[in-house]
Amino acid sequence: MNILKFITAGSVDDGKSTLIGRLLYDTNSILDDQLDAIKKANRKNNDGTVDLAILTDGLKAEREQGITIDIAYKYFQTERRKFIIADAPGHIQYTRNMITGASNSELIIILIDARKGVIEQTKRHSFLAKLLDLKKVLVCVNKMDMVDYEQAVYENIKTDYLALAENLGLKDVDFIPVSALKGDNIVHDSEKMSWYEGNNLLDYLETIEIQGNTKRAWRFPVQWVVRPQTDELHDYRGYAGRVIGEGLSIGEKVVILPSGVQSVVKEIEFAEKSLDQAHDGQSVIIHLSDDVDVSRGDTIVAADRPALAERNFEANICWFDNKPLDLSTVYLLQNHSAVTKIKIVDILFKVDVNTQEKMYDGEIKLNDIGKVSIKAAGEVVFDKQHDNAENSRAIIIDPRTNITVGAIMIDNVA
Amino acid sequence: MDYLDHLEAEAIYILREVAGQFEKPALLFSGGKDSITLVHLAMKAFRPGKFPFPLVHIDTGHNFPETIAFRDQLVKEIGEQLIVGSVQQSIDEGKAVEQKGKNASRNSLQTVTLLETIEKNGFDACIGGARRDEEKARAKERIFSVRDEFGQWDPKRQRPELWSIFNGKIGKGENVRVFPISNWTELDVWNYIKRENIALPSIYFSHHRDVVLRNGQWMASDPALKIDADDVLENKSVRFRTVGDMTCTAAVDSIATELDDIIEEIKASTVSERGARMDDKVSEAAMEDRKKQGYF
Repeated sequence: MNILKFITAGSVDDGKSTLIGRLLYDTNSILDDQLDAIKKANRKNNDGTVDLAILTDGLKAEREQGITIDIAYKYFQTERRKFIIADAPGHIQYTRNMITGASNSELIIILIDARKGVIEQTKRHSFLAKLLDLKKVLVCVNKMDMVDYEQAVYENIKTDYLALAENLGLKDVDFIPVSALKGDNIVHDSEKMSWYEGNNLLDYLETIEIQGNTKRAWRFPVQWVVRPQTDELHDYRGYAGRVIGEGLSIGEKVVILPSGVQSVVKEIEFAEKSLDQAHDGQSVIIHLSDDVDVSRGDTIVAADRPALAERNFEANICWFDNKPLDLSTVYLLQNHSAVTKIKIVDILFKVDVNTQEKMYDGEIKLNDIGKVSIKAAGEVVFDKQHDNAENSRAIIIDPRTNITVGAIMIDNVA
Repeated sequence: MDYLDHLEAEAIYILREVAGQFEKPALLFSGGKDSITLVHLAMKAFRPGKFPFPLVHIDTGHNFPETIAFRDQLVKEIGEQLIVGSVQQSIDEGKAVEQKGKNASRNSLQTVTLLETIEKNGFDACIGGARRDEEKARAKERIFSVRDEFGQWDPKRQRPELWSIFNGKIGKGENVRVFPISNWTELDVWNYIKRENIALPSIYFSHHRDVVLRNGQWMASDPALKIDADDVLENKSVRFRTVGDMTCTAAVDSIATELDDIIEEIKASTVSERGARMDDKVSEAAMEDRKKQGYF
């Protein structure tokens, strides 16, 4: 059994929370005492059924206002898969929360109200899905009950969306017509939409295979050096970290970045047992043949396919802070375990998230997305987003407040 | 990757980030299954080295004796440091005030002792075993959750937490609560305990015990509960699904004596784990309110 992480994007009006509530409810993932709490809260839909949205709105302020403000993570499991849902707000004011949720998801469910079709919000969410490299997009055309379950409505929306996807360069897109409120095509196939022959939502989520980038080279950012310093283990020196990508094996020639020093993988260890190789996502300890200087913040990479180590680069940026991006401030850039001082030297452009038009007003403010050029105080180890997305990512911290003010995906050497 | 391997690798990664980013971290250990799982994960993260943090137990003085015995045995076996913060001492020193009445519990008093222990030892990060599936306010909390100088959680001012990059930068006096098993469910924890053959206190398994009915739930009979003539006492076959203070943790009817039985019982259960926690039932926002005050 494996895990599928997905995000649902949409506003309350699209029935996003209702859709999640329905998935949880119909898979028996809501227990009696939780249901009691919902009933006690006494929030009802217009037709008198229990409002499932209340399940996902965990904060008092959200329940009071009837909106999702922050991301909530929800979990459910079937015989076939474990699911982690990032339930994110859809409103433009909360773009940063959606980006946060999307950053840890493999698939995005984009909800379209059948009565409204592709709207500004759909475009914004799709643009963000592309920007953050989500591997799969599933469009749920919701509220089909409000349009008499008409196939033509669904087909028109599908055509419109495919045009948008083509524009954005989104490749893997699938569609399901649903009614979250009535439960059509969520966990049970809809009797009212016999014209639809594909999977219902749960079947789809249980069976969809997510293809990663298999061509990327492995990277090993060092988090911690294990040194017991006991009599028996006097010379023990292991580098602890989590592997990105495939191919890390014993005997492999490596280079340590940014220093450029070379060595060979002598041993790979997990829970005090030796392994011949380590796979993508595994947290292990590795030993090198030579007594070289390696510490937290260094990245060990394959010598024949090294990463970049540069001080000047360009990146896509998302801004999260109330204070606009400031070209004269020294920020901190954190990628994996490395922290480097940086200056953002130029705002190349910003993108209107609704229309995807480039703008050149030289400003990046809260919830803005754009492209910048960065100068770092030392060499930053990364790959370009296209080559190895996981190693192109970093957050930006304002050292005056310690707050995470932005996120970047490096896509070019300047 | 199998789902348990994935969750394990993620938790180990988070524990190592704590070690790498903080000067003086601690692992909050309650003697419950989640914190015992954390200790097991820490072994995988740091052995053959020592843990880069002590275990810290906030002892309400109303803990199950089985839990305390288990705690001491575990600490001895792994050879790590244990620091105990005593709620009784906070009460004796007048820093915490005991609740009155029949349903009095020291659960909320733990916050006082916890914050005091953090300050006294200068901890800048406290690792905890909370999971997001437990409770709706927890579902909203970050893995690295920053608390202000007063230990308070501000849900409206949480930092964006992207990918697996954790920002542990804090100002003086602030500290971070870190939850490495945020993404695990109750069932995941039990399946992992079974797979890894992790030992647990005996109260998690079915046993006969004198219990007393309080607010519709069976509580372990103990002087801490202030039992009087009106109380209904019974000897029942029970187990504890969640282990906190004796005054706030209810027993569940159970004949599950093996891990497999427990896993089946949880799969078939129609109430949530925290359905047996009186501390969550105070109000709809009971957990959110306590967290804002500095609770775990």
